[in-house]
Amino acid sequence: MSVDLSQFIPSFLEESFEGLELMESSLLDLEQGDDETINSIFRAAHSIKGGAGTFGFNNVTEFTHLVETLLDEMRDGRRNIKQDDIELLLDSVDCMRLLIESIRDETECDTSKIFETSVLLEKTLATDGIKVSDPLTINDSEIVESKTDDLSTWQIKFIPEHHLVQTGNDPLLLFNALADLGEVTLVACAKELPALNDIDAEEIYLTWNLTLESSASEDDIKEVFEWVEDECELIITKEDIISSDLPSLEISSPVLSTETPSFEEPDVILPAPTNEKPVETSTTNSDKPSSKAKNDLGSIRVGVDKVDSLINLVGELVITQSMLSELGNDFDLSKVERLNSGLEQLLQNTKELQESVMRIRMLPISFAFNRFPRLVHDLSKKTGKEVELILKGEQTELDKTVMEQIGDPLVHLVRNAVDHGIESAEIRLANGKPQKGTIMLNAYHQGGSIVIEIKDDGGGIDREAVFNKALEKGIVDENTVLTDAQTFDLLFEPGFSTAKEVSDISGRGVGMDVVKKNIQSLGGRIQVESERGKGSTFRVNLPLTLAILDGQLVQVGTETYIIPLITIVESLQPQKELINRVSGDMVLYRLREDNVPVIPVYQLFNIPCEFENIENSLLVVVEADGQKVGLMVDDLLAQQQVVIKSLNDNYQQVEGVSGATILGDGSVAMILDVPGIISMALAQAQLNQKNRSTFQPKITQSISEGVSS
Amino acid sequence: MDIQMLAEEVPVEGEYSLEGIDFITSGEQYLTFLLAEEQYAVDILCVEEIRSWENPTRIPNSPQYIKGVINMRGIIVPIVDLRMKFNIGEAVYCETTVVIVLTVETEEKTRTIGFVVDAVSDVLNVETNEIKPAPVFGGCVPQNYLDGLVNVGENVVTILNVKALQVVEKHQVS
Amino acid sequence: MTKVLVVDDSNSIRDMVSFTLKSAGYETVEAKDGQDGLNKAKGTAIDLVISDVNMPIMDGITLCQELRKLPCFKFTPILMLTTESSGDMKMRGKAAGATGWLVKPFNPEKLLATIKRVVR
Repeated sequence: MSVDLSQFIPSFLEESFEGLELMESSLLDLEQGDDETINSIFRAAHSIKGGAGTFGFNNVTEFTHLVETLLDEMRDGRRNIKQDDIELLLDSVDCMRLLIESIRDETECDTSKIFETSVLLEKTLATDGIKVSDPLTINDSEIVESKTDDLSTWQIKFIPEHHLVQTGNDPLLLFNALADLGEVTLVACAKELPALNDIDAEEIYLTWNLTLESSASEDDIKEVFEWVEDECELIITKEDIISSDLPSLEISSPVLSTETPSFEEPDVILPAPTNEKPVETSTTNSDKPSSKAKNDLGSIRVGVDKVDSLINLVGELVITQSMLSELGNDFDLSKVERLNSGLEQLLQNTKELQESVMRIRMLPISFAFNRFPRLVHDLSKKTGKEVELILKGEQTELDKTVMEQIGDPLVHLVRNAVDHGIESAEIRLANGKPQKGTIMLNAYHQGGSIVIEIKDDGGGIDREAVFNKALEKGIVDENTVLTDAQTFDLLFEPGFSTAKEVSDISGRGVGMDVVKKNIQSLGGRIQVESERGKGSTFRVNLPLTLAILDGQLVQVGTETYIIPLITIVESLQPQKELINRVSGDMVLYRLREDNVPVIPVYQLFNIPCEFENIENSLLVVVEADGQKVGLMVDDLLAQQQVVIKSLNDNYQQVEGVSGATILGDGSVAMILDVPGIISMALAQAQLNQKNRSTFQPKITQSISEGVSS
Repeated sequence: MDIQMLAEEVPVEGEYSLEGIDFITSGEQYLTFLLAEEQYAVDILCVEEIRSWENPTRIPNSPQYIKGVINMRGIIVPIVDLRMKFNIGEAVYCETTVVIVLTVETEEKTRTIGFVVDAVSDVLNVETNEIKPAPVFGGCVPQNYLDGLVNVGENVVTILNVKALQVVEKHQVS
Repeated sequence: MTKVLVVDDSNSIRDMVSFTLKSAGYETVEAKDGQDGLNKAKGTAIDLVISDVNMPIMDGITLCQELRKLPCFKFTPILMLTTESSGDMKMRGKAAGATGWLVKPFNPEKLLATIKRVVR
């Protein structure tokens, strides 16, 4: 019978990746004398080696063996834990990861790094004079049936020590196993058996003479008894006579007679146990097991609680359905009330079910954050800057797909922060800052989005340098007036980099525009805040669920828009007295204690509109990023759930719009991006203000001239 | 072939099926259309659909020639008015105005965009050697959109580069 | 039916050993470390113990020692799953009362053939 273990390969691979992550994070935290940690690192490597051996992933086994040996010395105290060794081990973890990835993806892996690292490992191990044993010769896992073609007769004398059974071994079962090699006949000798009263039930007093007819080798026979070799006397002799019963009997009989028991208990002759012939030589280890990983579209681990909640909700849905169905039989107008409440119930069920299903795809962002401790550690080493990484909000959940795609952009931002943000230790000290720089990654939910902040306490962004670079590139001209936010936005222009030399980490200037593009393609945005000397914050906003939104339909001029319900604070008909005009054309509305700026959407979007004043419009007060504004609309329409469609597929990201949807009548409606609109309005207002302020001197001049003349 | 007659036969409502057209195996096939009086053509393999003009939903702050987006079987498709984009003739919307929906794959992306034209005419079969290079000077259509010219009877048909048409220029805001 | 206690902190190894045994008609009980193994052993009649050596909380050698202290485990075969077949390993195992050892990497056919030395 051949046992097929290839089904266990995916779980072995998954387990190995987890083990490698554990090794990595433990190595980063490792300090001298920390026994438990070094042991857990050793065990992780040991498990991977063991598993790899089972499936015949020899390259993994060989490499891991070196790692394991080094770890073994460290945990045994034979070797002190040195920083260099830790770095080497971290590199080794990378190599192991490459190897396992290449198995999972069924691709060739880059062996140069692996070769380099194994050379280093061997060198390190050799410096303590410990010769590394060859991992493969230790474990010869194939059943090598040394089939000689000729059947031989073996005489085996088995004399166990009295306490043999106390090891858990049973001679009879050993003979069972021996019978796998061939035909066995045996004779027991009870010579040593004491009187009944003196017998100790936990001891053996018998000895045996066995005859084995087999083509197996002496080593094979010895192997059967290997566990008890120290607790017995084993004499094996071979007879070259082939399969002739008579001669073997003749030889055994003299043995019998000399050991005739003194108390005439008959000899016990046991028949040869009938066992199957041993299995054919195992070839499972020599074939490379096929990995199913390639066809896997990726899987997701879902907590049982989420699944249970789903099951409950579906149950409720079924109940509602049957209730409605029953109502449908003999329906008359008197049942309208019940129908309405049934439909209400259906709406509720569907909503909850939908939320629950969405949550299945949600994973904590820690999966994406996990790579950063190592990254910052490596970068800090490479740049020679001391940087501390703080992670916050790791349990914040987001959609799996979003998380997979946000990884690379985040890496780029963190690299930037270390490379360009954090200053060198000298500069920091000179400026009264702590020598160690801090980078904080923070994730939290806000409204219907997830916000990820990358904050550093470095030198901040040099506005002028950015502006000058943009000038150089022709993106702006000398007269262009930009707000801080707009200046920083220039960083996302393609080919933009203010790094004076292209550092190999991130100065190449290909990064930021791709980062922005990636984020936008997920329906998100990125903003920059920075203060010279204090630091910078990159804030990434991403939608929580990519697909569905509760929206309020509004009419603005000829257009219908959708405002995400989650952003709406309230909708109202403005009262004339509460409207205030401030500094030119900014309109504020008094909402209780707040002065809420009013945004004329038609103006922002350049829509021809009939009523252009606020008195005749409706105000939808929305909130985003802590800021409240009032959107001026003509009419409030229905509230409904909409499926979000991206404009990015065939078009591009549009400012002020987070996506589009298809309404019940088949037409397309734009979904407003409230934070985007606020930015737009702000930018517009600032621009108007600046333009106005540059205007004024001229006007006063001409007036005064006019007056004087 | 009387172009005018053909144009009048184009149905006003619904979709226009390309089935029943004999595909000749040699050379390339192009769909020809009119922008004002001028004839243009695009590779027929990129033509996804031909639709009658319907009012699209405006895209805020988009260039004039981008009329908006429509819903095509659940897909949001932007509509570009070629007459406005290339400044040819007048952009009027009447019974013969059609939208040619093109889908083009590039290494980075696959895009579906609809182009408003004055009328659709023939399917042309052109051998590669019949295509002449486009003129370098003059003309309202920028060079990068032109793949070449082909003579059809007395007329000249300008073959447009579909990939260039698919490039969406970045939104300029404020 | 012969019941085997399989103790290993590696999920995949444990699954594979268990799977192999089950496909040969054995019944299995699984534990993820020595302490878990000890608890499970006390709860049911075990005919054979197969245990890894390197585990957190309680390693295989200690588990073996602890099991041998229990009266019903005095003669129960206990096999150590180990990558080392060095003399050192054998000595430690024997000192703890182990019956024998199984060498890793794990080979299913070999496992099934070898355990015949101690179970039916």
